[in-house]
Amino acid sequence: MFYRESGQFKSAYAADQAMFPILQDRIGMAVILAVAFVGVPMVANDYFLSTLLIPFLIFALAAIGLNILTGYCGQLSLGTGGFMACGAFAAYKLATALPEMNIVVVFLLSGFVSAAVGVVFGVPSLRIKGFYLAVATLAAQFFLIWLFTKVPWFVNYSASGVISAPPRDVFGFYVTGIEATAEAKYIFCLSFVAVLALVAKNLVRGRVGRAWMAIRDMDIAAEIIGIKPLQTKLLAFAVSSFYCGVAGALWAFIYTSSVEALAFDINRSFQILFMIIIGGLGSILGSFLGAAFIVLLPIFLNVVPTAIGVPLSTAMIAHMEFMIFGALIIFFLIVEPHGLARLWQLGKEKLRLWPFPH
Amino acid sequence: MTGDILGFLFGPLKEIWEFPIFFVEVVIGGLLTGVMYSLVALGFVLIFKASGVFNFAQGAMVLCAALSFVGFQELGAPIWLALILTLATMLLMAMAIERLVLRPLVNQPAIILFMATIGITFFIDGLFQTIWGSDIKRMDVGIPKEPMEFGGVLVNTFDIVAALVAGTLVATLAFFFQSTRIGRALRAVADDHQAAQSVGIPLRTIWVIVWAVAGLVALVAGIMWGSKLGVQFSLALIALKALPVLILGGFTSIPGAIIGGLIIGVGEKVAEVYWAPGIGGGIEDWFAYILALVFLMFRPQGLFGEKIIERV
Repeated sequence: MFYRESGQFKSAYAADQAMFPILQDRIGMAVILAVAFVGVPMVANDYFLSTLLIPFLIFALAAIGLNILTGYCGQLSLGTGGFMACGAFAAYKLATALPEMNIVVVFLLSGFVSAAVGVVFGVPSLRIKGFYLAVATLAAQFFLIWLFTKVPWFVNYSASGVISAPPRDVFGFYVTGIEATAEAKYIFCLSFVAVLALVAKNLVRGRVGRAWMAIRDMDIAAEIIGIKPLQTKLLAFAVSSFYCGVAGALWAFIYTSSVEALAFDINRSFQILFMIIIGGLGSILGSFLGAAFIVLLPIFLNVVPTAIGVPLSTAMIAHMEFMIFGALIIFFLIVEPHGLARLWQLGKEKLRLWPFPH
Repeated sequence: MTGDILGFLFGPLKEIWEFPIFFVEVVIGGLLTGVMYSLVALGFVLIFKASGVFNFAQGAMVLCAALSFVGFQELGAPIWLALILTLATMLLMAMAIERLVLRPLVNQPAIILFMATIGITFFIDGLFQTIWGSDIKRMDVGIPKEPMEFGGVLVNTFDIVAALVAGTLVATLAFFFQSTRIGRALRAVADDHQAAQSVGIPLRTIWVIVWAVAGLVALVAGIMWGSKLGVQFSLALIALKALPVLILGGFTSIPGAIIGGLIIGVGEKVAEVYWAPGIGGGIEDWFAYILALVFLMFRPQGLFGEKIIERV
């Protein structure tokens, strides 16, 4: 009844091609942004901000990165963790080598560093396809993590191999280090994610995104209609690694406040792959939904047994978590292989007709 | 600087030239480790050939088989009974996977099935560790581990036995695929699902059989790896070792899995012994992948994989 586009006429192509062509969507988006930027920091406590919302935002960013590569360009990658580690260590090296540089610039530059690394590991995608490529990207995962663990230059010759993020500020507010408040960290992350998500949304709507999707759907046909596979695939690898790199830098600097390679192991890659599959391949919204799902699920699994009074040993809980996680993934794949984003779309269709059946 | 790099690259070659016996030992050690990798890779190939599913759960199946085998023994079952019971468990698991996961997901894109097998991995990892506990267990099936000497070259007896077991397994599988009625049906399904179905081959039964055979291979791999390393969670991670073997040999080729395993085994061992000390060691995590990657640049379908023919 309320969610209906009738009566909203467009008089220009620009209006028709807008990101949110329906007024209700625009209002909804504005409300979400307002709540996220103003409402949440006012009501949420530190625990809520720093253990739920910040990882959610960072995961969402990494998921957007992987979604660009896998969901839009069709190149299955299991090297996300490696590219995130790349961004984290690049940011650390930049931040310590050039202490006066603004942290925003540092993060963006570290994104470009991991984009460059992504291009290098993307070169095989020109010859290798499908699962062969997926396994090949594992090379990036294992090699990069090994590199960051073994070469002391990356951790500035620190003995333990684990280093804490140096304190840096934006407009006088500390956003990294121990002095940073959870609110400042949250707002900083949110701004990054909001801007980069907007860029991603526009990229995939435009010429570049169409080229990616053409390559995904059938690369030979795409080549015949004049899309250059070399540039297109490598660009997808670059943009995807950029997003993952920035996410990795945020993870190390804002979320854990320590830069360590083991935080980006193969399980991280799988985690992010789960996010985009459960959220929806080829959907920016899906990246957010998937990230929310994966962040909330373990917390949910932890809370529920204690809440309903089933006493379980910690080892048991760990194993049960595994089982339920696996079962839920299979369940989701069977019920809705196109992910949560698709469910949302179906819900919107229903909403347009509601309360009438047709 | 250049001298350093040249020394790093070519120094070990001099070493090889001076101590050829040690080099032969390293190569043989590598070959025998490679056989162990092949054992795991075989399970992947079987399932991929017959159903086009890239079964990430193979590593977890190895762990589950080994855990059950040891678990039944701890309950007091003699080896033969434990073996039968474990086989029955694997068969049950195959049936459950077919019924609960594969059947509802029929005709979904390959990536969805791949994700589902990752879900299976999580589930059976959790399930079997809930049942059997997550302590490290020792497995002893009576294979001697003393080194033997062949013409001045030291070889571990255990590795020889492992190679023999792998050889027998491959020969049996080859016979099963080539000469039995079910084997022919399996190959038909692998060729073309629809055509196979239209001549009356029951797809579901075939899938159960394939997963059960993969379970059998997992059991053999689990026993071999389990008696080598002990039965523990890290057994599930050897799947990650089998993946480069798989892409090197080609997803669809059983000989490929064997040859790929041998190449990876030797390459990894030689690099680890001669070149790794120069760059900090611990390269076994990624070396196999880079090696496979370089091979793939020249043959994108692996050494023996089906040639990729693309039509528009």
